[in-house]
Amino acid sequence: MLDNPLHKRLLLGALLVLALLFPVVAANDYVIYVMALAYIMAIAAVGLNLILGYTGQLNLAHAGFMAVGAYTVGILTVDYGVPYWVAFALAGFVAAALGFLAGVVSLRLKTHYFVIFTLCVGFIMYLVIEKWDWLTHGTVGLIGIPAPTPIPTPFGAIRFDTPVQQYYLVLAFLVLALWVMHRIVRSLLGRAFVAIRNSEDLAEALGIDLMRTKVLAFVLSTFYAGLAGALYAGFVRFLGPAMALESQTFDMVTFILVGGIGTLFGPVLGAVALTWITQSLQFLQDYRMIVFGPLLILLVMYFPQGILGAVNERRAKRAAQAAQAKRAAQSRQQSGRGAQANA
Amino acid sequence: MTDHTTPMLEVRGLSKTFGGLAAVREVTTRFERGRISAIIGPNGAGKTTFFNLVSGLHKPSSGHILFDGADVTGLRPDRMAALGMARTFQTTALFDKASVRDNLIVGHRLRTKSTFWDVLLGTPRLHRDERACRDKAEEVLDFVGLSGVADRLAGEISQEERKRVAFALALATEPKIVLLDEPAGGVNPEETVGLAQLIRKMAAAGLTVCLIEHKMDMIMSLADKIIVLDHGEMIAEGPPASVQSNPRVIEAYLGADYVAA
Repeated sequence: MLDNPLHKRLLLGALLVLALLFPVVAANDYVIYVMALAYIMAIAAVGLNLILGYTGQLNLAHAGFMAVGAYTVGILTVDYGVPYWVAFALAGFVAAALGFLAGVVSLRLKTHYFVIFTLCVGFIMYLVIEKWDWLTHGTVGLIGIPAPTPIPTPFGAIRFDTPVQQYYLVLAFLVLALWVMHRIVRSLLGRAFVAIRNSEDLAEALGIDLMRTKVLAFVLSTFYAGLAGALYAGFVRFLGPAMALESQTFDMVTFILVGGIGTLFGPVLGAVALTWITQSLQFLQDYRMIVFGPLLILLVMYFPQGILGAVNERRAKRAAQAAQAKRAAQSRQQSGRGAQANA
Repeated sequence: MTDHTTPMLEVRGLSKTFGGLAAVREVTTRFERGRISAIIGPNGAGKTTFFNLVSGLHKPSSGHILFDGADVTGLRPDRMAALGMARTFQTTALFDKASVRDNLIVGHRLRTKSTFWDVLLGTPRLHRDERACRDKAEEVLDFVGLSGVADRLAGEISQEERKRVAFALALATEPKIVLLDEPAGGVNPEETVGLAQLIRKMAAAGLTVCLIEHKMDMIMSLADKIIVLDHGEMIAEGPPASVQSNPRVIEAYLGADYVAA
């Protein structure tokens, strides 16, 4: 189905066109709002997938870093009158700087110790946001965050006031985020990440500096979280400490597991699909877990690699078979020719 | 500083204690360049621990490790790899869902210099490095005789092929010495002969080889020197003939029934 790289490009092109046309066919502004929010969570999930899916380290503090990005934009614009785009540009770097500090400490731990440690780091970040009133407004939260300020161009200003305009802004960043992630995971650096996930001892024996490479993956993933948070702040326009809770990270982990862990588009598929499934199950309120829970269990049982993971596996198998058949045919041809020459 | 007479690898008084247990005790020996050495001994003798110490996975409790004349005691495994020490593991961990060729590409990464910024900007250096890694992967695949399975999924090849891929991965790092931990584990006698030939080919290409193995036939015909470990101590070392007839070795490991014909 997707074996041909041309087919793959066509599919991606078609998806992009669908995404661009979505606001036109959407029923109302609320639907556009939900989809854009799904894209923001997708950016955060793509970042988490780098440290979790590709490098094999489960960082449960990811939502905390998203909150850092969001609060950077919120605090700077609301309390200090910093221009929106300046605050926005800083958000990812602030989150990544904190990510560096957290990573250098926590990545000395392995497997479950690392997971538990980051769970605590995330909770500490939540507590700091909740208690540090004068900086973060504590439990009251930050309100009145401005929408992204218009960008002047020769053709008139690009405005971001309406949900449709903000949808396209978020979509643009999602495409950019995916493109950069694509470059990263396809490169030698990406292969180093995967080598670490596969076997840390083997990766080290191959000359990969474990600490340095893991910290790099961690910092990149928190940058993505900060970027998503910055978009979130300008989109939702109010923030509360609850966005830093580990339940938010678990949501993102679920997106990744469903969509395809360790795949490029898996987190996006998971974020969009699950956001809409949750929306459509809203009428069940708390009972939606009765539908959700078993679905997740079935998924983990039959598609542990997620939807795109299963697709990729099948593709890889077929590609391997095709290449083997090609080689077999070639060697038959050659020995046939050899037999003819000897005759 | 180093010349042809300096051993490729030398350990002096190497010891490792875990809690109260002495896994390796005061081992002093040398591995001459270009030679094939084997480490044998009963299970739990400390053979893999010895490899772990030498390759940097564990820090020695005491003693020194000299690699190509330089004191490398306490260096991390990735530093040791950069200096030219490659190793394989008892359980061959390959990325099963990727092709054999794909598995090998990262093996050459340590010899490249691209950074994250090269990746982000798609610099010529990145493209050169990726080209170099791909070429290296093809080269080592060919050396170990697996060009035919380059496109197969790593999870679907035979045990013997997996072992060859592990060799290839080690070779991709452009090492001076290769430590092979049970390279013929789970491999039938016929295939074992093939692997022994490959090991000889590696030594002929100038590599120093050190292997841990239990298959006596393989070792006796392959090794220039054998080191025998028992309970962490080296109880004998020397050419195969002398080790075979050493009474201590026979008692500890080979068994009274094993007599060289």
